[in-house]
Amino acid sequence: MTKRQLPDTWLQNRKRWTALLIAVFLLGGAWTQISRLPPPDVAGGAPPASPREGFAAPDFTLELLGGGTVTLSELRGQAVMVNLWASWCPPCRAEMPAIERAYQDLKDDGLLVVAVNTTYQDSEAAAAGFVAEFGLTFPVALDRNGAVSNRYQLRGLPSTYFIDREGIIRSVVVGGPMSEGLIRAKIEEILKETP
Amino acid sequence: MYPYLSLGPLVVQLPGLALLAGVYLALLLTEKRAAHLKLNKEHVYNMVFWGLVAGIVGARLAYATRFLSVYLESPLSLLALNPQTLSPVDGILTGLLVAGVYGRRKNLPLRPTLDALAPGLAAFMVAVGVAHFLSGDAFGAPTDLPWGIYLWDAYRHPTQIYEVILALGVFLAVWKQPLGRPGDGLNFLLLVALSGGARLFLEAFRGDSLVWDGGWRAAQIVSLAVVLISLALMQKWYPPPQNRQKR
Repeated sequence: MTKRQLPDTWLQNRKRWTALLIAVFLLGGAWTQISRLPPPDVAGGAPPASPREGFAAPDFTLELLGGGTVTLSELRGQAVMVNLWASWCPPCRAEMPAIERAYQDLKDDGLLVVAVNTTYQDSEAAAAGFVAEFGLTFPVALDRNGAVSNRYQLRGLPSTYFIDREGIIRSVVVGGPMSEGLIRAKIEEILKETP
Repeated sequence: MYPYLSLGPLVVQLPGLALLAGVYLALLLTEKRAAHLKLNKEHVYNMVFWGLVAGIVGARLAYATRFLSVYLESPLSLLALNPQTLSPVDGILTGLLVAGVYGRRKNLPLRPTLDALAPGLAAFMVAVGVAHFLSGDAFGAPTDLPWGIYLWDAYRHPTQIYEVILALGVFLAVWKQPLGRPGDGLNFLLLVALSGGARLFLEAFRGDSLVWDGGWRAAQIVSLAVVLISLALMQKWYPPPQNRQKR
């Protein structure tokens, strides 16, 4: 019997094929049953912290440009957009005006933007110049030693994390510039789902 | 995981590149198999091409419809290259609809056309696995096994590697065309059944399953149904003995 004849023989025989179907159903069903998640996993609780969609946003505390500090976990209850950027990065420059416009329009609805300057590969003076140039009104945090960039596994600038009111990352956008539509759609999605 | 490659100001999305390579390979294989099945390969190629184009356009328009006020304010955002503003399910449905209408208008016979698509689709599934590996998507459940990989702050099953291995196995099986005769649609059904079986098996190791009440993993239930329907159709489509020809 050749290799090609074997399955054909099975297909020709209705009883044999029906038996195969039943066997697949039973085995597949058993595997599905074995793979069920136990109740505690289903109930879940807070997801672990990791910089990707569906996980809790890793917490950080950073100093702000102009004084003061910001702690991400203290912003629970607001939709937070964390944007990692540098003053020398062209796409960061290109998308920042759209971020500022979105912030102005939606801050009263519960949006907060935290722009994290990757100061370890930029400079505080350059960051201050950038903020003045674009007239940014949201908090600008300084990642002086790269700890936050490292924790967020920064692979490219700009990188943006859309975080819901529970502190869960809902969307990650690496690279840019982001279109204004993308920025507003992602924010609106969060604001609508968790009012 | 290597999701992005920074080239100066440009951030190259490597998973996207893997998918593009998969589309290219799928088109090549489809064209080749269509010629082998004596179909009009240009029509088959165009059907896939326009299906893809319609899928992308449909996915973007569907997404924009959900946020109509946003896109009315900045309509140029419709042209943005970002894949995050696509609605995948709507895109797939639009693509299938357009490809189906095109195939019907060009009188492409259903079963031979499906068979022509089978090896290309199987190759594309391998590319999807590679894209998942690069992006870290479709990640595994935490594990203590020695081959666990550190991903998203835990040691996890390397489900993306399992996925590539299984997809390669499915591709090889489909490439060999072990069932029926060319053009009877069985090879396409084989692809669907094997892919469903692979997902049914693999889902047990995933850490991002959609879970239904009772702890059932949705993808496993759907996959099992897909496998059973494909197997049942195989016998239905199997040509009766008097119509069977030797290859």
